[in-house]
Formats: sequence, C-alpha cells, structure tokens
Amino acid sequence: MTATVRYSDVDVGTEIPERVFPVRRIDLVRYAGASGDFNPIHWNERTAKAVGLPDVIAHGMFTMAQAGRLLTEWAGDPGALVEYKVRFSAPVVVPDDDKGAEVTVSGVVKEKLDGNRVRIAVTARSGGAKVLARSTAVVRLA
Amino acid sequence: MGINREHLGREYRSPQPYEVTRGKIREFAEAIGDPDPVCFDSDSARAAGYGDVVAPPTFPVIMGMEGMSQAVVDPELRLDFSRVVHGDQSFEYARPLQAGDVVETVTRITDISALGGNELLTLESEMRTVEGEYVLTARNMLVVRGAAEGAREQDAQEAKGQGSSA
Repeated sequence: MTATVRYSDVDVGTEIPERVFPVRRIDLVRYAGASGDFNPIHWNERTAKAVGLPDVIAHGMFTMAQAGRLLTEWAGDPGALVEYKVRFSAPVVVPDDDKGAEVTVSGVVKEKLDGNRVRIAVTARSGGAKVLARSTAVVRLA
Repeated sequence: MGINREHLGREYRSPQPYEVTRGKIREFAEAIGDPDPVCFDSDSARAAGYGDVVAPPTFPVIMGMEGMSQAVVDPELRLDFSRVVHGDQSFEYARPLQAGDVVETVTRITDISALGGNELLTLESEMRTVEGEYVLTARNMLVVRGAAEGAREQDAQEAKGQGSSA
C-alpha cells in the first residue's frame, strides 16, 4: 500500500529510466485470453490487412499495461496509481516472426501534487513511431 | 450504415457481478509480464498492507470488455468490431482492485462522432463492488476504421431533418 519511492526524493524533471519490452505474437495471444479481447486484428493477419492495417497490431491495452509496469515497478507498488490515461497515437505492428516488435517506454515527472502525488508524462515508441502520446499518470508516492 | 447515433447515452449493465480472483489476477499479471509478488502472493500483498493480491492497474479492462461485448453484440448499435482499434483509455482509481472484490460494471455510451473517414465511440464504465463501494471509472474511445461513409449519410439526413424543422 506504500510506494518505495519517496515524494521528497522526486522533483519536476525526474526521469523514470527507459525500459524496452518485447511484443511477440504469442504475447498477444496470451493477452487476448487473459483480457477477453479476441478482436482478430490482434492475431489474424488477413483480418488486419482487410481493415487497412499493415499487419497484426498489439492490443492498445497490452502497450498500456507495459507502460503501467514501468510506473508501478518504479513506484514499487502496483496499487500506487491514482489516475492513468493514454492516447494510442500509432499502432504497434507485430510481425509474424520470432522477434516480433519492441516497445520502448519512458516517463518524466511533470508536476508535484498534494497528498504525496506526482503527475508523470508517459511516452512509448515502437518501430520509430510514437505509440503513446499525451499520456499521463498520477502516482501516489511514500 | 455507421454507428446508430440514437444509442448515445445507452447503458449496458454487467449481466452478473464479476468476481476478481487470485487465479485471474495471476493469469493477467503473467500475460503482461508483471513480476510483482504483490500480484501473485497473498502474504506479500498483506505485508504491503493489502487485504489480498492486487490487480495490475489495467486489469479492469476485463470488466470493460464485458460491457463492450454487450455493445458489440447489440445489433441496433451497428458496431463492426473487426474494424475497431483503440483510440484512448483512461482509469481513475479510488483504490486498486484486489482478489475477493465482486464488481458490478455499468458501461455508458457518452459520445459518437465521425472524424476523417472513421467513427469514434466513447464508452464510460463505472465499477462498484456489490456492497456499493465505488472502485474506479474507466473511459475509452474506440475508432471504427473506415466506417464513416454510412455515418456521413446519417449525419446528412439528420442535418436535413434539422434544416426542415428549423
């Protein structure tokens, strides 16, 4: 219930170290099962291309979950998030090979709020595109 | 035909309360690769001050999907799920979900609009325990790719209707 990062140790501009998360087709299949989102654009290339996508794309919520890990693992508490919003600005295209795609996630403290809370700007990139933009989280620290 | 604009404000209630279990939290945490013991191990969760294992922050998407599934199968809404991509998502938490929570979700259509050949559908899901405790609100905007042709016709007809009544 208590984050391990102290509010007093954080300033506006404090960066959350960048993390790289792999995304393979098997990750999307597993995520489909766990989340209940079986939209075929996340596992069926034929359907993805039929609706004008370049290939199968990751669930936006899978990407949001990876960025969420950056935040909760930094804060040291999966319950530390008070608010979390993302905008999916480009899809994460996941080719059907053993490597798949990579999502690079980072964050920076934008504002110190009352109640030991901080507002963090979150970004994620994949294949040269910004896949999360104008995304923020409010995290309660110790 | 695009999304049925008359469905603005429509509510979809979860058919039965969703029971958050340790097994499902584990499955979800594994699927997103979250190694935090607070999500897997009750003793770790209790040591951290929780009643039981804690769900990762995006876990409530499961209940949101339940609400959305009802919208997807509502033939009058005319939503082509295979054309849906996720535009944005937000969560506001009163507290994290934990194993043992039994949650009721009400999902409401809060906006339907067209933008650049696509249609946008915004849904808001409010989640409370069966005891009535407010836990969180999830909001998401869905983009229905290339669906706006029918919508433009519908908008044109509505505009025409408004014009003749003015």
